[in-house]
Amino acid sequence: PLISWWGGVQMGPPDPILGVTEAFKRDTNPKKMNLGVGAYRDDHGKPFVLSCVRKAEELITAKHMDKEYLPIGGLGDFSKCCAQLALGADSEVLKSSRNITVQTISGTGSLRIGANFLARFHGGPRDVYLPKPSWGNHTPIFRDAGMQLKAYRYYDPSTCGFDFKGALDDISKIPEQSVIMLHACAHNPTGVDPKPEQWKEISDLVKKRNLLVFFDMAYQGFASGDIDRDAWAVRYFIEQGHNILLSQSFAKNMGLYGERVGGFTVVCNDTEEAKRVESQLKILIRPIYSNPPMNGARIAATILNTPDLRSLWLEEVHFMANRIIKMREQLVAGLKKEGSSHNWQHVIDQIGMFCFTGLKPEQVERLTKEFSVYMTKDGRISMAGVTSANVGYLAHGIHAVTK
Amino acid sequence: MSVFCEVPQAAPVAVFKLSQDFNNDQFPNKVNLGVGAYRTDEGQPWVLPVVKKVEKIIVQDGSLNHEYLPILGLPDFRSSASKIALGEDSPAIQENRVGAVQCLGGTGALKMGAEFLSRFYNGNKNTKTPIYVSAPTWENHNAVFANAGFEDVRPYKYWDAENRGLDFAGFLEDLEVSCFLTGLNGVRLYFGHDSFSLGVNSTCSIFCLQQSCPEHSVFVLHACAHNPTGTDPTQEQWMQIAEVMMRRKLFVFFDSAYQGFASGCLDKDAWAVRYFVSVGFEMFCAQSFSKNFGLYNERVGNLTIVARDADNLKRVLSQMEKIVRTTWSNPPSQGARIVSITLNSPELFTEWKDNVKTMAGRVLMMRAQLKAKLQGLGTPGTWEHITEQIGMFSFTGLNSKQVEYMVKERHVYLMASGRINMCGLTSSNINYVAESIHEAVTRVQ
Repeated sequence: PLISWWGGVQMGPPDPILGVTEAFKRDTNPKKMNLGVGAYRDDHGKPFVLSCVRKAEELITAKHMDKEYLPIGGLGDFSKCCAQLALGADSEVLKSSRNITVQTISGTGSLRIGANFLARFHGGPRDVYLPKPSWGNHTPIFRDAGMQLKAYRYYDPSTCGFDFKGALDDISKIPEQSVIMLHACAHNPTGVDPKPEQWKEISDLVKKRNLLVFFDMAYQGFASGDIDRDAWAVRYFIEQGHNILLSQSFAKNMGLYGERVGGFTVVCNDTEEAKRVESQLKILIRPIYSNPPMNGARIAATILNTPDLRSLWLEEVHFMANRIIKMREQLVAGLKKEGSSHNWQHVIDQIGMFCFTGLKPEQVERLTKEFSVYMTKDGRISMAGVTSANVGYLAHGIHAVTK
Repeated sequence: MSVFCEVPQAAPVAVFKLSQDFNNDQFPNKVNLGVGAYRTDEGQPWVLPVVKKVEKIIVQDGSLNHEYLPILGLPDFRSSASKIALGEDSPAIQENRVGAVQCLGGTGALKMGAEFLSRFYNGNKNTKTPIYVSAPTWENHNAVFANAGFEDVRPYKYWDAENRGLDFAGFLEDLEVSCFLTGLNGVRLYFGHDSFSLGVNSTCSIFCLQQSCPEHSVFVLHACAHNPTGTDPTQEQWMQIAEVMMRRKLFVFFDSAYQGFASGCLDKDAWAVRYFVSVGFEMFCAQSFSKNFGLYNERVGNLTIVARDADNLKRVLSQMEKIVRTTWSNPPSQGARIVSITLNSPELFTEWKDNVKTMAGRVLMMRAQLKAKLQGLGTPGTWEHITEQIGMFSFTGLNSKQVEYMVKERHVYLMASGRINMCGLTSSNINYVAESIHEAVTRVQ
C-alpha cells in the first residue's frame, strides 16, 4: 500500500514536565538552569547516587542471583518492607495482614494499577477528586483508566498556601463513595501541606462523606527529612478507620528514578478480602507488563532490610531534604538582597522538592527566554535544581521578571 | 461496609499456578516442564556469561547513575534492538522509517502496540477492529488486546491436532474473506472470495449474512518458535501469508519472543519479519529479550515500528509517548543498559550470539534425545513432531487426561494443553520423562 495507516495521526503535544528538560538540553546558555522535572541534584547540580544504593548494589552483585521472573505482584521482600515503611512496623494493618501490597512500576505504575482497579471494581461514582492543582499526570492516568476527574480547592494563590476553608467546603459537597486523592506529604506541584490539625479535620469530614481515600506518597522522607513524620497523615487516616489505597514511589527518596520502584497498597477489612483483591490486581497487571523489574526493588529491599544500610539511607534522605530547605532559605535571602518588595515567605513555608513560586505564565516565559531558567508554566520550580552557585542568579532572574 | 466486599476471587494464572504446585511438591524426582525459562543441564537457571560481564562493567562505571530514561526508553537500546529484528542493513532503517519504544518485556511491547492500535488504527478509537490470534496462542495475547479495549479478539486456525502440524489451509482460509449465510439450523453456506461457489448439503432458509476476516483486521503473528506449538510456517508459507495479508489490507503485528532461540541463528529466526518488511508492510514487531538474553526479571522489550515514512513515524512515536506516560512514565534502565552495551560492542555481541547458540543447541539436543527415547520405548504414536517443532516448547499431543496423569502420578508438571518446556529436560531426568510419557500414553486414553 502506498498510503500509510497513520496518515490521520496527529502530532502529540510534548509532555509539559518532561518536555521542559528536552528544551533545556537544547539551550546553549552556560548559565541555564533546569528547574523542571523533580529529580534531586547535589550542590554541584549533578545527579546523586546514594551511598546506600551503591553499597546495596555491591551486596547484590556478590550474591550472584539468577534473573528468573518475579511473581506478578513483585518481589515479596520488597512489598513487605515497602508497606512497613509507609504504615510503620507496628501497624495493626500489617499485624492483621489485611493489606495487599504489590510492587509496581514506580509511582506512575502504582497509580495506574490503582486507577484500573477502581475502574473495574469500585461500585461508587466514577469520579476521582484531585486537589487543585495536582501533579499533571494524575489526570490522564485516571482518565485513560476510565475514571472521571473532578477537583477540590487546595491551593490559595493569594497566600501561596493551603486553602483550608475552600478544601473543607468542597469536600463536604463530594458525593458519597467518590474517590478522593490526597498527597501524603510534599504536595506536588505546590509544596503546600496541611498541618496535622487540618489533616484531622479533613479525615473527619472524609469519613462523614464516606469517601474512598487514595493517598499518593511520592516523597516520603523527602519532605521533612523524617520518614515517620512524612507518613503521619497516611498512618493517621488508617488509625481513624479509613481503608485507603496508597501509591508509593522510591524514585526520589532512594534516587532510584530510572529503576522504576514503587508499591501499590489496598488496605482491606481482613486477610480474606486482601486475598481476593490481590488476585484481581494480578489479573490487571499481567496484560500490561506480566511482572515487574527486579533491579530497583532488590536494591530498595536490601537497603530497608539491612540495618546499616537503612540507617545510612535515613541519613542521606535527611541530608537531601536539608539541602532543599537551605536552598529555600538562600533563595528568599537572595530575593531580599535583590531588593524585591514581594513577600516570599511561602518559598520557605512550602515543603519538599517543589516550590510554587506564584509566578504567572508570562513571567515564567520571560524567565525562560531571558535567563534560560527552565520550569513548568504553572510557576513550579524544582528546588532540587538550585545550588549555592546558582541560587543568586535565580533570585536575580525572578526579581527581574516580578519587580 | 467495605467497598471491596463484592470483589470476587480471580482464578490464578495457569502457568504460575503450575510452578507453584511444582514448588510445593515433595516428590524427589519431580520435573517442571511448565513455565518458559531456560534451564541448564543441571536444571538451573542460567545467567548468560556475557550478561555477568556487562553487569560488572555497569557496576564499575562510576559515571552511570539511576536517572530517568526518556519516555520512549534508552535510545541506543531502541535502535540496536530494532536492528537485531530487521537486520543491520535494513533498507527500512536506512530510509529512517523505523522507530521503537522500549517496553517492559514482550508483554509491555504488545501492550503499547495494542493501546496505540485501539486509539489510532482503522479510524478513531475503533475498538471493533477484529484482532486475530492463532489457535492456540500464548494465553496472555487475548487479555492484552481485550484490556486495550478491543471487543473482538478471534482465533485464526493454526494447529492441526490430528496431524500435529500447521493447519496451513485453515490459516489461509481465515485470512481470506469468506461471506457466509447462517441458516436457522446452523448450517453455513460459504461463498468463496473470488467466486460464488456454494457448498451446501441441506436446504435451509437464509438467516443472516456474515463476513469473516474483514479488511484491516489485525493479525498477531509469531515471528518464530510459535508458542505453544513450536510449529512455524515455512518460508514458502510465509510468502503466501504475506501475499494474502497485503491484498486484504490486514495489519501485521509480529510477536518476536524467541529470536535466536529457535534455530540458534538470529538472522534465520528473523526471516519472516524481514520478509514482511521487504514487501512493504507497515507493521509492529513486539520484541522480548527475556529469553535470548536470559533477562527475564529485568523486563526488557522493544516495540519496533515500521512506518511508510519518517513523517508518519514521528507522529506515531509522539502518540506512543502519551500512552507510555500514563502507564509507566518511562521504562526501567538496568536491563536495557545490559542489552544495549552488549549489542553495541562487537566483542560482546559475538559472545552473546555464542551464548544464544549454547541455549538453542541444548534444546535441540534434548529434542533429539526425547524423540529417540520414545521411539526406543515403542511409545504408541509418531514422535517426529518433537524434532520438527522448534524453540523452547513442544506440543506433545498429550490430552488433558494424560497430562493429569503425568502431573498427579508421575510428578511431571506440564501445561494442560500438553505443552512442555524442552528446557526442563536434562540428561538426568530425560529417561524418567520419556517413561512417564510412555505410561501416560499407554495407560490413559
